[in-house]
Order: sequence, then structure tokens, then C-alpha cells
Amino acid sequence: MNVPIRSTGAAVEISRLSKVYETRENDEVVAIEKVDLRFEPGTFVAVVGPSGCGKSTMLSLLAGLTSASTGDIAIDGDVIRKPHPKIGVVFQSDLLLYWRTVLDNVLLPIEIKKLDLARFRLRAEELLAQVGLEGFGNKYPSELSGGMRQRVAICRALIQEPGLLLMDEPFGALDALTREQMIMDMQAMWLRVQNTVVFITHGIDEAVFLADRVLVMSPRPGRIDLDLKIDMPRPRQWSAIHENKEFHGYVRQIRDIFEARGVLVAH
Amino acid sequence: MASTDIANVGEAQRTRGQSMSGKKRTRRGWLDRYSALLVGVVLVGAWQILVPLSGLSEFVLPTPLAIGKRIVSDASLLMAHTYVTLLEVVFGFAIGVLMGVPLALFIFYSKAFERAIYPILVGLQTVPKISLAPILVLYLGYGWAPKIVLAFLISFFPIVISTVVGLQSLDKNLVNLVRSMGANEWQTFFKLRLPAALPNIFGGFKVAVSLAVIGAVIGEYVAAERGLGYLQLQANSQFDTTLNFATVVTISALGVILYFIIDVIEARVSYKRDAGK
Repeated sequence: MNVPIRSTGAAVEISRLSKVYETRENDEVVAIEKVDLRFEPGTFVAVVGPSGCGKSTMLSLLAGLTSASTGDIAIDGDVIRKPHPKIGVVFQSDLLLYWRTVLDNVLLPIEIKKLDLARFRLRAEELLAQVGLEGFGNKYPSELSGGMRQRVAICRALIQEPGLLLMDEPFGALDALTREQMIMDMQAMWLRVQNTVVFITHGIDEAVFLADRVLVMSPRPGRIDLDLKIDMPRPRQWSAIHENKEFHGYVRQIRDIFEARGVLVAH
Repeated sequence: MASTDIANVGEAQRTRGQSMSGKKRTRRGWLDRYSALLVGVVLVGAWQILVPLSGLSEFVLPTPLAIGKRIVSDASLLMAHTYVTLLEVVFGFAIGVLMGVPLALFIFYSKAFERAIYPILVGLQTVPKISLAPILVLYLGYGWAPKIVLAFLISFFPIVISTVVGLQSLDKNLVNLVRSMGANEWQTFFKLRLPAALPNIFGGFKVAVSLAVIGAVIGEYVAAERGLGYLQLQANSQFDTTLNFATVVTISALGVILYFIIDVIEARVSYKRDAGK
């Protein structure tokens, strides 16, 4: 069960990164403006911000799915022009292929990269067991609950031992209870892997709970408003978090920023 | 690579289909499962009983039993003509698939092509294909050609449209997902786009094959020396109502059998999203 899977985290270097979209009316929308960031290998970075602050654009850029207007992103020194082989992505919806079994869904990246399927099948089963889905390999996605499906999606992203795991509001579509469980499981999973994670979310609490570093983004144009180092020992206890003064201090700082920007308005 | 992926899908469908039907059998009652069959039997039975009671002559409306007997006694005649019609339908439909699916791919992959071709295609669809039958006979004569062309024309449109719609309705995020794994367009097509579009494509095939039967028979009505449409006109001119009905039953059976053949092929290569629900 607790076989540690060490994958060396990737270093991420973002320099002078901007993204400008052109709308149909030929207006320009600045989604991200001149962002400079460096993520050390093995850091868990959470990005919080209101809707439309460009955080999903940021993820899309990191994934190599969209190209930057200016500036660039380097993963372990390689400037990316297309999806980097060291990344794994988890989206808000699980995006499982309904005609494939759970196991075949997890193995999809291996198939696409034409790697040795037999070797990775064992690892896929191991990963599924670690998220409590032992024996579910031959089931179909339609037979699984929302939380289970998202676990499968996470296994699929981890199968290729990504140095950089990108997560775009991965628990946003789940009910509150399942979300809590997933947050705890996410911590356990990450403690085994300790790769670099960029975790995009709306949830201030899950960001602070999971991350080494929380980046708060401002509404358009997207900039980094606050770069907050979370200094709490791990493993952190979700159940005890609401009595934790440190935790509340961090949450307070982030909320203050949102209130100052008018994202959260007190009545 | 593509074929193995599709084969896997079929495997899934089969094993799954078995376990599902097993569950249904215990859950649903006998009456529930055979209700459509039961209604059919009642309707045919009523027809059988009411015809003699109403005093209608066999020339006007033969009983189902008489039609059945005639199908048996004239089986070789019906089969000979069915064979002709079947070939026309199969060729017309096959050409429809061979031209429709690639055209759909062009429309899907090329915006310029879509803008140039799609409106024309939709416009042409408003032309009733059946009204082209006399013109086709004029150009192509009394043989196979006009029937095959008519079957093709009538089955072409649903194949193109369902394939295009199937390809276009894919969730963009799924494309992003496989691209993030480093998939090229070739892999994206065979691992994602095609399997996801198959239920739509087969839906189009089923509509198309039923229409192709209509196309071929209409072609035979206009001018033919063989085929079920021709046979029916012969029966009509000789006031042989029983043979007339026997032909109608045979044409219907042909359509149903072709539909189920496509259904069986679909079960082998495609996987329905709702199969587990």
C-alpha cells in the first residue's frame, strides 16, 4: 500500500509571461500580464483567484496547450512550445473516456507515448490501490461515483510520474463531503510523490491546507497580488484545521486581499 | 493501432452487454419484455379475424394468413427479386458510406470546406430525392444504375450529417487532455474523436440503410425489369392483392434485417454511453 513512488519534481521558470486574447470585436483582453515566477522542484503551489482572473489561462500555458503572447515558461530548463513530456494534467471534470475501462483510462498516456504497456500496467494497478480503487480496473467510468472518477483521473495524470502535476480546480465538481476526502487523499498522495504541483482553485481553505506556497491572483489583468509561503508541518490534519491559528492567519491574509480588491464584499 | 483500439471497445460492449441483459431478465417481468410483440400479435390477430367478418373480398384485403401462405408458396420468386433489390441497396448504401464519411471528415477538418460545402449540402437535402428518379432513369436507363444512384443519394445525407455532428460534439477539454499527453492529430482521431463519434455515426447508418431501401424500391417503381418494386407493380396490374402485400412484407423485412445487421456491427465496434444505466 505505502510503496513510495519518488519522482523528482521539475523546476519551473516563468519569465515576463503575458497572454493577450483578441475578442471578436477586435478588443484585446489581457488575461495575464508580465508574470515572473520560479517554482522550486518538489513545491506544492496553489493558485487562488476569482473567476476570470486568468488562472486557468496560466494552467493552459504551463501545460503547453496555449502559447504565450510574450515571455516564456521553462520546465527543467526547456522552454516549452508544446506539451512537455514531464507534465500530467487533471482537469475540473474527470474527462474519462467512457468506452475504456478504468485501467485503460489510466494507461492512456502510456499508449499515446508508445511506452511499454505491460510494465506500466502494474504501476497503474498500484496507483489505483493507493487511492482506494483496488479491483476497479475492469470497471467502466459509468459504474463509478464522481469522487472515484476524479481519483482515476488523478491516477492517469500520475502514471507517467510527471515532474510537474497541473491541476485545474480538480475538486470543483465534487460534493462537499467528497471534496474533503479528496483534499486529505491529495495530501497523502503528494507526500509519497513530492513532485512539483500547480493547483488552481477557488477554495482558499484547500489552497492553504495543501500548499507550500499560495499565489493570489488579481482580477484582469491577471497579476500575482500575493505570494504567501505556508509554513505548517505535514501531514496536516483537515479535521483539526479549523482550530488552527496559523491556518486562520493565512486564510485571513488571502481574504483581506480579496476584500481589498472587491472580490469579496463584507456586508 | 486504430483497429486494436476499436476491437477493445467491442470487447467491452460484449462482456458488458451480457452482464446487463442478465440483470434485466430478473428485474423486468415477462409481460414487460414482450409487450411490443404482444401488441403486434393482437393487431395481426384482429386483422385475421375481422377481414372475413366484414365481408371484404380477398382481392381487396387479404388476411395475414393468406399473405403468409403466399410468401411461402412464392418464396423462390420473392427471393429472386429480393436479391436484386438487396444488391441495389447494399451498393447504394456502401457508396454512401464510402463518400459520406470522408466528406464529413473534410467538412470537420477544414473550415473553408465547411463554409463552401455545408450550406449547399443542406440546400440539396430539400430536393426530394424521389423526384429525381424519372430523370435518373432518363440518363441511366432501366438497369441497376439509377436504383443504386437513388439509394446512394438518399442515404448519403444522413451519413454525412451524423458523422459531422458526432465529430463536432466532442468536449474540447478531452482534446486538450490528449494533447497534454503529447498526442498528435492522428492519435487524437483514432483514440478519441472516432470512438466518441461512433454512436452518432452508426445512428446515421441505421437511418441511411432504411432510406436506401426506399430509394431502391422507388427506382424500381419508375422503370425496372426486376426487383421487389417491379414485382409489386406487376402484382398490382394483375389485381393480385395477396402478392402485392407479400411484397410489402418482404420489403419491410429487408429493411429490418439490414437495420439489425448494422446494429450487430455497432455492438461489436462501438460502446454506448448509457449501456450501464
